[in-house]
Amino acid sequence: MVATFEPKSEYKVIGTRPIRHDGLDKVTGRAVYGADIKLPSMIWGAVLRSPHAHARILSIDTSAAEAMDGVHAVVTNADLPQAENEMVDLGEGATNLKWAVDNILASDKALYAGHAVAAVAAADRYTAEEAARAIKVDYEVLRSATNVDDTIADDMPAILEEFVDSPGAQESGHANHVKEFTHEFGDPDAAIAGADHVVEGEFNLQMVHQGYIEPHNATAVWDENDRLKVWTSTQGAFTVRQQIAAVLKIDESRVRVTPLEIGGGFGGKIPIYLEPVAAVLSRKAGNVPVKLVMERRSVFEGTGPAAGGKINLKLGATKDGQLVAADSTLRMEAGGYPGSLVGASGMCIYACYNIPNMRIVGYDVLVNKPKVAAYRAPGSPQVAFAIETLIDDLCEQAGFDKWQFRRDNAAKEGTRRGDGPIFPRIGMEEVLDAAKETDHFNADLGEPAPGNVRGRGFASGYWFNVGLQSSVNLSLNNDGTVELVEGSTDIGGTRASIAMQAAETLGITAEDVNPTVVDTDTVGFTAVTGGSRVTYATGYAAYNAAIEMIDKLKVRASMLWSIDADDVQFEDGVFSSKSDPELSIGFKDLAGKLGDTGGPVTSTGSVDLEAAGGAYGTHICDVEIDPETGKTDVVRYTIVQDAGRAIHPSYVEGQMQGGVAQGIGWALNEEYYMSDDGVMSNSSYLDYRMPTSLDLPSIETVIVEVPNPVHPYGVRGVGEVPIVPPVPTVGNAIKDAIGIRLRETPMNAGRIVSALGS
Amino acid sequence: MTTQITPGPSRVHVRTTINGQAHEFLVPPYMSLLDTLREIVGLTGTKEGCLDGNCGACTVSLDGRIVDSCLVLGAEINGKSVETVEGMATADGLHPLQQAFLEEAALQCGICTPGFLVAAKGLLDNEPAPDEHRIRHWLAGNLCRCTGYDKIVRAVQKASAEMA
Repeated sequence: MVATFEPKSEYKVIGTRPIRHDGLDKVTGRAVYGADIKLPSMIWGAVLRSPHAHARILSIDTSAAEAMDGVHAVVTNADLPQAENEMVDLGEGATNLKWAVDNILASDKALYAGHAVAAVAAADRYTAEEAARAIKVDYEVLRSATNVDDTIADDMPAILEEFVDSPGAQESGHANHVKEFTHEFGDPDAAIAGADHVVEGEFNLQMVHQGYIEPHNATAVWDENDRLKVWTSTQGAFTVRQQIAAVLKIDESRVRVTPLEIGGGFGGKIPIYLEPVAAVLSRKAGNVPVKLVMERRSVFEGTGPAAGGKINLKLGATKDGQLVAADSTLRMEAGGYPGSLVGASGMCIYACYNIPNMRIVGYDVLVNKPKVAAYRAPGSPQVAFAIETLIDDLCEQAGFDKWQFRRDNAAKEGTRRGDGPIFPRIGMEEVLDAAKETDHFNADLGEPAPGNVRGRGFASGYWFNVGLQSSVNLSLNNDGTVELVEGSTDIGGTRASIAMQAAETLGITAEDVNPTVVDTDTVGFTAVTGGSRVTYATGYAAYNAAIEMIDKLKVRASMLWSIDADDVQFEDGVFSSKSDPELSIGFKDLAGKLGDTGGPVTSTGSVDLEAAGGAYGTHICDVEIDPETGKTDVVRYTIVQDAGRAIHPSYVEGQMQGGVAQGIGWALNEEYYMSDDGVMSNSSYLDYRMPTSLDLPSIETVIVEVPNPVHPYGVRGVGEVPIVPPVPTVGNAIKDAIGIRLRETPMNAGRIVSALGS
Repeated sequence: MTTQITPGPSRVHVRTTINGQAHEFLVPPYMSLLDTLREIVGLTGTKEGCLDGNCGACTVSLDGRIVDSCLVLGAEINGKSVETVEGMATADGLHPLQQAFLEEAALQCGICTPGFLVAAKGLLDNEPAPDEHRIRHWLAGNLCRCTGYDKIVRAVQKASAEMA
């Protein structure tokens, strides 16, 4: 029972649901994903990984592997250009080059179980894997820590010695605990002291993985001009090019990256892992193509994940229901190298509300787990768990209505975000209002099975979205169809959403535009498919390119009619003369006359956009719990979200439903379950159990449209915010069902049984 | 005490039918059906997700039964018949499931789609009118991380109605 979305606009293409352009290839098995590529003379690689969570690498003996039949090359960190502690910008802010290189292949230390240490290229995959196992590494095992409390214990050694003397570590008192920022506004201490109602809580979250079904892969070869050619599954061909060039210390222009179809990413396919390994193996094997495909266990142990951590939050409100103060300390796990994305957590934690006195203190916490990567609104679901849980607690303590309290304190245009920016037009109030109007919000809970209990919860969430740079090229065919070339890899239907914006602008159909995702040689710079930016920013570039094409075609029409170009107008797909109503020609007819008016028409569009205004959602969830087993079933779920403008509503709904599914997994079941010696114990899909079709209800969607004022079609970006509210939404429903508050994820059967038992 | 290991043949001779076409090849005895299809036969529509039978991305039909091809050896298909996603469309056009997946937007990244299509065909071939719970139960062996399954279930329901 999904609400039917009715487009509220006069658009002809936007708001409709055409079949996606790449759909046919993807339902027939023809689409070429990263692992599907096969090149002449290609050989296979395999990677050896550390079995220890924290260990000094004393020596690596590759001789047995090198002696095996069919082995072409063996590489270690020594085969990569040696990196110093220098700061470089790899597309997501400054980072230490040595750490970037060491995460590809460890040099002096392995910082997590699963850290790549050496690699082999051989005639086939099976031989390569066997040869990798024949490499002998001598380790000195060090004390490891895989959670916040253990890693800042006095006798825990520094995971990265570079931090021992850093200002952030000196302020916190431990090298594994690096202070990143304090945001403060008003007087939070005085406001809490003077508040009528104060609540506080500590929230603990385990790391989770993005869980994309396609493992990481990379194929690389040095060509006859000593240029490096790479084929890979990535969210951003240009960021891969940038990272490879930095790690290999070559010019970016000497690298060509071809993004093949990508089988999910959710932020986890922005960093590089295998690409430089494939490159140095290719070099050492005599410049033949080398392909690497990660096994699933390594995907869990060596890539992703999203930060776990510990969040302390305190809220204060007046007796008449004004939220007056908030104070939080965020300790987010970064993995073995810095980068927990705690900065984004700080931007999001208070963003749903107007809070006049506030403080946020953020720490990056090093632990012996894989280096954190972005995961769909990175950093926001964790802090949403804290604040949306505590707001429910506050309302219960003070006797406030949970919806009315949120509505009275909702952020709106002019509200100051916790880290400083003032909001432009946003849709938080509209989303809350729409949630209250849903059938679900007002429906009975229904009867649970005998012995079971039911509960309902709701919660809101925010993601800032990004803009950044995109490029699009258009060329007009003589039948009036248009080729659209773009640099944004299509991870969930964006060929369609970009082509539709071009089509709307040109007055033709979605099917008349043929979108193609190309390599880094063939289109202008385009930032990653991430930050919910592609339909917003690349769509804007497509709009600009289409406007340029119309301007050029106005000139062509004026040449046909021997009138001034300024006299030509374009409306509803037709060029006409403003002064002579007899003169008019359709877009397609004019396209057939390019040969008479000067030849081909091409156009380009490129943008560099500021942040996109931000997206909000409110979710409602009903759970049914068996108190004896602790098993929780999500029996009904509704997501309400501001899309700005839904270009292709089916894929907007798909983003919403998919984000919810991941969030429900995060809430109820998913976690990095670490053994005492720091090894992930559940690194398979059997044990890291993601939701299946049987675990979820049909997720109901309500699209709200508060158009983004800085986009020609009002797009806000929709991909990430749907994963933000589910953890507290499910948690609030569990509290409603069993009367007990859980403040640790996952809220699994074991935690529910022990909460009920105590 | 030493164990005497007798080396087996380095390649096994296989004659099989794949998507209705006769195939004959030599395959290493340890090679999975998944790798056999992808590396020897050249059909890359069947995808690798986990290699331990827990994601369903490599689902194929073996003599009419759906299997995870990563858990079957290539040598085991001798004398048998295999159907993959590449065999679903005919000269008359797409299979109703393929058409319904397109119309219902039942895929986002698409990596799990071949496995879901083959698995769903396995259901509809034997049970033409399954209810929603039966569809969700049948497809629980196929993981999708993008869609939340709603649109996949709807597409199977739509195809089932089309085929009735």
